[in-house]
Amino acid sequence: MKQTKTLKVDYLARVEGEGGMTVKMSGDKVTEVRLNIFEPPRFFEAFLKGRSYKEVPDITSRICGICPIAYQSSSIQAMEQILGIEVNEQVRTLRRLMYCGEWIESHALHMFMLHAPDFLGYQDAIELAKDHPDEVKLGLFLKKTGNDLVNLVGGREIHPINMRVGGFYKLPTKAELNSLLDNLKKARDGSIKAIEFLATLEMPSLERDYEFVALRHESEYPIDSGRIISNKGIDIDISQFESHFTESHVEHSTSLHSKVIERGNYHVGPLARFNLNFDRLPLSIQSLAKSVGLEPECKNPFKSILIRGIELLYSFEESIRIIEQYERPDEAYVVHEPKAGVGYGCTEAPRGICWHRYEITDDGSVATARIVPPTSQNQGTIEDDLRQFVSENINMPEDDLTWRCEQAIRNYDPCISCSCHYLKLKFEQV
Amino acid sequence: MPSLKKPTLAVWKFASCDGCQLSLLDCEDELLAVADAVQIANFPEASRAVQKGPYDISLVEGSITTPHDAERIHKVRRSSRYLISIGSCSTAGGIQGLRNFANVKAFTNTVYAHPEYISTLKKSTPISDHVQVDYELRGCPVNKYQLLELLSALINNRKPVISAHSVCLECKMKGNPCIMVAHGTPCLGPVTHAGCDALCPSYNRGCFGCYGPKETAEPASLSRRMAEFHNVRKPELVHLYRSYNAVADEFKKESESHETD
Repeated sequence: MKQTKTLKVDYLARVEGEGGMTVKMSGDKVTEVRLNIFEPPRFFEAFLKGRSYKEVPDITSRICGICPIAYQSSSIQAMEQILGIEVNEQVRTLRRLMYCGEWIESHALHMFMLHAPDFLGYQDAIELAKDHPDEVKLGLFLKKTGNDLVNLVGGREIHPINMRVGGFYKLPTKAELNSLLDNLKKARDGSIKAIEFLATLEMPSLERDYEFVALRHESEYPIDSGRIISNKGIDIDISQFESHFTESHVEHSTSLHSKVIERGNYHVGPLARFNLNFDRLPLSIQSLAKSVGLEPECKNPFKSILIRGIELLYSFEESIRIIEQYERPDEAYVVHEPKAGVGYGCTEAPRGICWHRYEITDDGSVATARIVPPTSQNQGTIEDDLRQFVSENINMPEDDLTWRCEQAIRNYDPCISCSCHYLKLKFEQV
Repeated sequence: MPSLKKPTLAVWKFASCDGCQLSLLDCEDELLAVADAVQIANFPEASRAVQKGPYDISLVEGSITTPHDAERIHKVRRSSRYLISIGSCSTAGGIQGLRNFANVKAFTNTVYAHPEYISTLKKSTPISDHVQVDYELRGCPVNKYQLLELLSALINNRKPVISAHSVCLECKMKGNPCIMVAHGTPCLGPVTHAGCDALCPSYNRGCFGCYGPKETAEPASLSRRMAEFHNVRKPELVHLYRSYNAVADEFKKESESHETD
């Protein structure tokens, strides 16, 4: 009889939210892989119904404490589409600046506090700090610089309050933004040191033929807008998402699984963005990436930690650029009246595309809402990664293999809290 | 708390966005000092290493929304010397508390793709509905400096210095002109617990009650003022009180008093 083995993690550590993992093996074959998601669903789409379009950015930000700006940005984009609002370029770049802040705090948190300990065999960043104090302190400094940015433009780090449909409630002054420049420049240099450090980490080997999906903008590295593209032929306006992607409900997860219709699982996040938008990075960052062995197509998901480093550097450079060219506009927001319509929003959360669709009635109330967060899109791909990784390393001692599997899940920086905001509900009116 | 051994800290998550426990990791300048002062014994978001209880301090984030969690919170209570609820989900049921008001008449049938896979309670409830809570820290999200103050007070066996007045008073202390009086912007500042340093009014917007009702709040007279002077209509009043602390007693009663059907 073949020997059966099960790798099991009941409660995944160093991820946001509640999930576990089960991998079953029989002989040298992997027979079952499950990323168990048991985070309680919170039904956002259900209670958004009937609320004013103005409240939506505040409510959706509560889906996720780590990437609230992604939810605010995607929902504001959709509402402004419905209302026909075009914000001026300074307001748009100010939003992009705040979004850079979110990328910075989220990436730095993940790289140093949640993921790096795996590569070096530590249980956590506190333990890591005992042997690598400078690196952990650097990570905390980078993270803080991102949070300072969100704090200044958004009002606070978690669930910022300043962005609204039509613009902002209050615009920062040039002097206020300039006060961040010194630290941003230090942090930019620090992020290069961070990349050099991360490049010394030993990367477990795994290569997969992913379908990468990300936004693509005509000139910028994608953060706040673009078309949805993939390396297997998708190139669509964000309003076409539902014709190309589908979601299904599986028993072991309170978060829906997304698939490309007819093709299957796909990959969103830093690796996808980097591979599909390498040419949108400034040349200096492209050559730095090449110098640490990163070039499209990078198909090793463990290298995502290094790519987050590249995106961190980009976010610092972009923030500095935006602040240096900032001129405070006269109006903080565009005055408007509610009107009925359907609108779409899609932006690049730190973990990948965050897609929204809303239908609004004449008086500005939400009639329907649909939100597809990044982590629910990556679930199937995470399971595929585990299947292949375990198959290729089936003789590794069980404890080591379990830890490596956890590390493989953390490649995606899964944000389970956000992935479970929602389950498909069908309402039947009386 | 005995000073010979470092007190142990556990952090627990229930239904929530993760933001309040993230506040602890957002204390970039203080984090390593906190890790020096307490033994982080069970904090899955930060560490793989989990020590068995009992724990001196348990921080609890999130509300109770599933039968499993309604049992789990009792286990947390049993293994904790001090149990502290952090954030609106844990102190007032959170935004997911909006399900408590769902009009069952309007939805004859609420069907999941596979409802048999899901186990959820009809209501989202605060931790204090289930077990005794030693301290509640308000906010959606909590203020990280208040969180540090609370931890410091617990470690040093003193009372935390966390004010219980209103956002309105914070605004006065900052010298902000009143946005309701000057601009007619509806604002929950007079009935909302302090803690954000009057954040929204400082950004030209009305307070929307992230920190929940202050002690001895008088929302009825505030609503009257907003209706009479600023033409705020009943459905808007309902939504105003019904957000991140919708299940908190004072806000719940006030929102219900403006429901029209």
